[in-house]
Amino acid sequence: MSRKVLVLGEVRDGSLRNVSFEAIAAAKTISEGGEVVGVALGSDVSGFGESLIQYGADRVVTVAHPSLAQYTSDGFSQALLGVIDSEKPEGIVLGHTALGKDLAPRIAGKLDSGLVSDVTSLEETGGNLVFTRPIYSGKAFEKKIITDGLVFVTIRPNNIDALEKDGGRTGDISSLDVDIKDLRTIIKDVVRKASEGVDLSEAKVIIAGGRGVKSEEGFEPLKELADVLGGAVGASRGACDADYCDYSLQIGQTGKVVTPDLYIACGISGAIQHLAGMSNSKVIVAINKDPEANIFKVADYGIVGDLFEVVPLLTEEFRKLKVGSN
Amino acid sequence: MNIYVLLKRTFDTEEKITLSGGKINEDGAEFIINPYDEYAVEEAIQVRDASGGEVTVVTVGGEEAEKQLRTALAMGADKAILINIEDDVENGDQFTTAKILAEYLKDKNPDLILAGNVAIDGGSGQVGPRVAEQLNIPYITTITKLTIDGQNVSVVRDVEGDSETIETSLPLLVTAQQGLNDPRYPSLPGIMKAKKKPLEELELDDLDLEEEDVEAKTKTIEIFLPPKKEAGKILQGDLSDQVKELAGLLRSEAKVI
Ligand SMILES: Cc1cc2nc3c(=O)[nH]c(=O)nc-3n(C[C@H](O)[C@H](O)[C@H](O)COP(=O)(O)OP(=O)(O)OC[C@H]3O[C@@H](n4cnc5c(N)ncnc54)[C@H](O)[C@@H]3O)c2cc1C
Ligand SMILES: Cc1cc2nc3c(=O)[nH]c(=O)nc-3n(C[C@H](O)[C@H](O)[C@H](O)COP(=O)(O)OP(=O)(O)OC[C@H]3O[C@@H](n4cnc5c(N)ncnc54)[C@H](O)[C@@H]3O)c2cc1C
Repeated sequence: MSRKVLVLGEVRDGSLRNVSFEAIAAAKTISEGGEVVGVALGSDVSGFGESLIQYGADRVVTVAHPSLAQYTSDGFSQALLGVIDSEKPEGIVLGHTALGKDLAPRIAGKLDSGLVSDVTSLEETGGNLVFTRPIYSGKAFEKKIITDGLVFVTIRPNNIDALEKDGGRTGDISSLDVDIKDLRTIIKDVVRKASEGVDLSEAKVIIAGGRGVKSEEGFEPLKELADVLGGAVGASRGACDADYCDYSLQIGQTGKVVTPDLYIACGISGAIQHLAGMSNSKVIVAINKDPEANIFKVADYGIVGDLFEVVPLLTEEFRKLKVGSN
Repeated sequence: MNIYVLLKRTFDTEEKITLSGGKINEDGAEFIINPYDEYAVEEAIQVRDASGGEVTVVTVGGEEAEKQLRTALAMGADKAILINIEDDVENGDQFTTAKILAEYLKDKNPDLILAGNVAIDGGSGQVGPRVAEQLNIPYITTITKLTIDGQNVSVVRDVEGDSETIETSLPLLVTAQQGLNDPRYPSLPGIMKAKKKPLEELELDDLDLEEEDVEAKTKTIEIFLPPKKEAGKILQGDLSDQVKELAGLLRSEAKVI
């Protein structure tokens, strides 16, 4: 059954997030040969339509409105519902990001539809679209199908491969006027703490520090290692609570959920709430002085030792191997 | 103030998870109030203590959820509602739960509804926003601070580590993020008092709902455990050799750098 599928392109710091391109790839599978329609919402949406098409959308609908300069659930839901009303899609895909988590259930509530959240893979088998998602804080997985109506999902960043960018691809970009009014919540202030440089939830390499890092300065060797590998620095709740770093670096159930190719945990014990945020990383390395630490249970490789000795040696070793940033 | 807390009884995910007959094995497992809902209960109590009113905790679930509701009463909530749909509804999903909760709440005139931002077992984070949408009231997710002054509300919201300060007004639904407060432990007198506090049990019939109205839109067809990871390789020997070996393995075996 071919379907028309909408994909919301999510913008952060003036550019589309990678998860939106991954969402297009998911939408292709869901569309089963139907049309994938990108959606860009904002006060200024120029350029986003082209990108969505280059990553596989067939065409794009934009809604530009001053009230969409910042995300609010009232503003964005009115805009997206406007597009849904005019396009009548059979599928919708969003990233399972702060925005997607906030917006998607409301849209599903409005449409009285099902919604499968936090999908890490999808396949078409025996005439069914089957979605896999983690449950029980990542300790188990479930496969879900949608039994009634709209195929509506949010996808976890970094799990579904985006399609290759095709600079030559073209498609129709149209704009839609949507009346946006009665915003009931007003953003007064935003304190940006999220790290400069690589976006944690989309980084390929993450060097994470825990309470074992012992101080703010203790993060320096981790930063150096991250630099050599072109990665980002993350942290456990323990490190954040102890004020060694900012909460924007927190990985886990309450913080960011990450699935990099390489996750190096330094001085992190491996509490379940931390594992919930990183246990699906492709390769996990643990550096901890306690051989009994739980983190070794999920690690592919472990070094039992003092992180302040191990991390600088590793940095040096990678430098020698001339691993450039990638 | 008329305050409601949406509370879910959850499997304690700190426990080991096993399957039996294709389902999560619940025998002997520990059940708790979803940790994010504990923050919601605590905040509700604090708001009530500051502005007066009543805190009602509401659960959709089976008989066993009484225990978690009693714990919330022991923390200081005033009333509990158990919407027991075990006999009425076979297949439920987030649509089902939200629809039932919204149907219950629609004529209660809530000023403030608090929920958790996510349940640690089901993990979708859908129920709060869905309920708010059905009630047509604004909502703010993943909050770390709540200040109420008359009808005016100021909220700090965690957005992937950034914090947004948002102004809005009652009625409102918020979902709790870690950091909102430190939930209290029930005191002994609290536990005694809780035994006498009202805990009402409702069924689908009591809410204007038929089974068809709440039929799930999605279905779980399989549950599986992640493939057992082969025991990781703990490197041995001289530290500098270990580091060399690790770098080599990451490049040639794991191929991640
Ligand atoms: C509702 C809730 C949500 C939570 N959400 C999260 C979350 O999102 N993310 C999260 O991370 N936590 C979360 N937690 C907290 C979690 O339970 C743990 O408390 C936290 O992860 C511990 O952090 P840690 O591993 O850094 O600290 P610890 O558990 O104190 O571990 C420190 C480790 O460092 C090692 N170490 C010490 N010195 C050295 C050294 N010199 N070299 C090498 N190793 C050393 C020690 O052996 C130890 O294993 C949550 C808790 C709750 C209740
Ligand atoms: C009749 C019925 C049958 C079900 N059968 C199954 C089944 O077979 N398999 C299965 O996996 N699940 C089943 N469920 C549970 C359902 O799929 C979800 O677990 C539930 O809707 C909550 O979703 P979630 O865990 O993603 O919570 P989230 O949306 O992540 O929860 C967020 C917040 O919403 C509130 N909330 C969530 N659930 C409830 C609740 N029940 N009561 C009050 N507040 C709540 C809490 O404040 C919570 O912190 C059934 C539910 C019902 C009603």
